[in-house]
Amino acid sequence: MERSYLDHASASPPHPAAIAAYSQVADQFFADPTRRHREGRAARDLLEQARGVVAKTLGGSPDRCLFTSGGTEAVHLAVRGAARANRTRPARVISAAVEHSAVLAAADQSGVEHVRVPVDRVGRIDLDALRQALRAGALLVNLQHANHEVGTIQPVREAAALCREADALLHVDACQTIGRLPVSFDDLGADLLSWSAAKFGGGRGSGGVLWWPRARLAGVLTGDEREHRRRSGLEHLPGIVAAAEALLQLRPNDPEGPAAEEAERADTLRRRLRERLTQTVEDLAVHGPEDGALPHLVAASALYVEGQALVDGLDRAGFAVHSGSSCATTSGEPSHVLVAMHALTHGHIRASWGPDTTAAELEAFATTVGDVVGQLRAHLAPGTRSHR
Amino acid sequence: MPTSPPAREATGKVARVTEPLVVDSLGKSCPVPVIELSKAMNTVEVGAEVLVLADDPGAKIDIPVWCRMKRQELVDVREERGNWSFLVRRAL
Repeated sequence: MERSYLDHASASPPHPAAIAAYSQVADQFFADPTRRHREGRAARDLLEQARGVVAKTLGGSPDRCLFTSGGTEAVHLAVRGAARANRTRPARVISAAVEHSAVLAAADQSGVEHVRVPVDRVGRIDLDALRQALRAGALLVNLQHANHEVGTIQPVREAAALCREADALLHVDACQTIGRLPVSFDDLGADLLSWSAAKFGGGRGSGGVLWWPRARLAGVLTGDEREHRRRSGLEHLPGIVAAAEALLQLRPNDPEGPAAEEAERADTLRRRLRERLTQTVEDLAVHGPEDGALPHLVAASALYVEGQALVDGLDRAGFAVHSGSSCATTSGEPSHVLVAMHALTHGHIRASWGPDTTAAELEAFATTVGDVVGQLRAHLAPGTRSHR
Repeated sequence: MPTSPPAREATGKVARVTEPLVVDSLGKSCPVPVIELSKAMNTVEVGAEVLVLADDPGAKIDIPVWCRMKRQELVDVREERGNWSFLVRRAL
């Protein structure tokens, strides 16, 4: 059966150039980049070249560009590393309620007070509540560039202005936007930025942190002299170079680059899919805003069905999607994003796609969602529809 | 089943003409409480009430959302040690 992989926001298939780079580096540049021998120096040169590419394609400076094992470690380093290194600032961290659970966990573990700021019905941070929260002072504010569950793009520049006024640092988790939207750390207004290669076709197992000198950053995983003592452990060179290779292909901070071009195509698909799902499925709520959302993602909840059963039904019909409903999560709790938005937590699915996904594929997807929801309702919830 | 709207007492509080229909969804996970609420609402007249008991963590979000989507009136929400009760009046 033809498969339609619609879970790019969890893990996107690697770009062919990233796979080629990965295998070449794993084969030929296996040496420890801190060593003085020729093999070590070759590995070091490659590492620094990759660092230059990341800083050039995302903005920022290679002197303040660290590599990590992925997004989770990147946000832990940004949040806990900033909390550790900025002890003269007020002992509080503020996060949007819809941040990724890794950001919330890192802030909970930062050793200082952690305050969460509410969002509106589409998942956008309440800037008045942020302003209010900043009155008591904070060392750091966490605000994602765009939400991973529903796609809402956050008002990062407005939040950055509030943070400047209150003399707080701003960390932007850009794991979902890098390679999907034009992003430049040079003009985002953030002090720290974290990213993950797994979401844009750079392959899993690498990511990183960029920061400006206004933010100080201390290591979390320490034990050697690597990365200016901010991140110990043998560098994952194949993954790092693969990520840099994918970034070179995508050119995320070029407003006319391939990433920007694909964003425009993907956004047309997104608008069409939102419309089609609403037409095909009765009693369905599409999440996130019509405008100002990730271009490659649509999330929706259907009344009276289990998210898990919906994922399984769609999987059998050839579509791979994710669900944040409690029955489908490993924690057994509904997605904290849906809860914070007061959005329907059951019957939730998220479809996210890539450059190879076609309009016809998403058209077929909308029809299939309608069919599967219909079957599940007939089975689980007969008699729920008449009083309307 | 009463067909007239609830009578008003001298205290100004709304007196229930009959007790609400109780739907016990304790121990059942979402979407079952919402399905049971929806089915129960089909059996009562406009103006009558349904009281749903639920302890699933999704219910506290999903039942108010259902009321919003279906334009039904959420009269009262209470919580006691993780057990939630939702009083819903059939509005249409």
